[in-house]
Amino acid sequence: MKRAILGLVLILGASMAFGIDVEKAFEDPVLQERYEKIIDEVRCLKCQNQTIKDSNAFLAADLRREIRRMLEEGKTDDEIFDFLVARYGEFALYRPRMSGKTLVLWLAPGLLLLGGGFVLLNILRRRMAMPIDGEKAGKE
Amino acid sequence: MYRFILPFVAVVLLIVVFSFGLFNDPRKLPSPFLGEQAPTFQLPSLTEPERMVGSADYAGKFALVNVWATWCVGCRQEHQFLIDLAKTGAIPIYGLNWRDNRQEALGWLRQLGDPYQFSAFDEDGRVGIDWGVYGAPETFLINADGIVLHKHLGPLTAAAWQKDFVPLMQAGGPTS
Repeated sequence: MKRAILGLVLILGASMAFGIDVEKAFEDPVLQERYEKIIDEVRCLKCQNQTIKDSNAFLAADLRREIRRMLEEGKTDDEIFDFLVARYGEFALYRPRMSGKTLVLWLAPGLLLLGGGFVLLNILRRRMAMPIDGEKAGKE
Repeated sequence: MYRFILPFVAVVLLIVVFSFGLFNDPRKLPSPFLGEQAPTFQLPSLTEPERMVGSADYAGKFALVNVWATWCVGCRQEHQFLIDLAKTGAIPIYGLNWRDNRQEALGWLRQLGDPYQFSAFDEDGRVGIDWGVYGAPETFLINADGIVLHKHLGPLTAAAWQKDFVPLMQAGGPTS
């Protein structure tokens, strides 16, 4: 049994070797690191719940190629994100930048948490004020 | 009373949010080019590889830019409508043959007919990226000033043409 599990783990592990991105790595490791970080932040518009790092759709491959080209041209990360947003909108970024349009996205989790906390607090308060069974129940 | 109103309001709000999510196709993204200057391009013509064609060819007039490819099922669906539309002479149609194979694309036009003034041959999809194309077919309505008035996603139909394009061509103003 243990062997079977080990075998399965190894087989699954091997699938990592079949990478999506078949282009060869940048010679400069810093550039390669930036490249990998950027493609992990960009949505594949064709297969919307994947990043272009994870997707083998040709659109993802095209976008990776363009990002690669821009990095080689010495563009900054912000310039690359601007390039994508200008063409595909904020939706292309997995972490959309803070702006009027995306404000609600950024604020909603905090507001929901606050609202939930408020409701919880109210319920707890009410419960605390309630008599505990068998103690005061009979007296009132 | 208060105890029931709050949950009731919350549920109604949730229903509103969920139905918005349910009836809005997340694959239909608004184009950032709406109301903005359309991107320019220059590419070899599909039919005459040595001739360069591009956005300069339709400057100063209303134009449809239609992104198509032979691998695209929706393009086949809309093709007959494009041919009918071209016949009416209502608007010149320019093709962007996106990420396609030249021989297959030429065969498609021979077999199904060619509604386009020209088709630009975007073999590596670079112009497609400039236009924010993410799935063919896509159709852009561009006015005489080169402004994108409308972008239609998916196969173009007579109904969509009447509803979304014709009023814009009469008014000339931008919309989503």
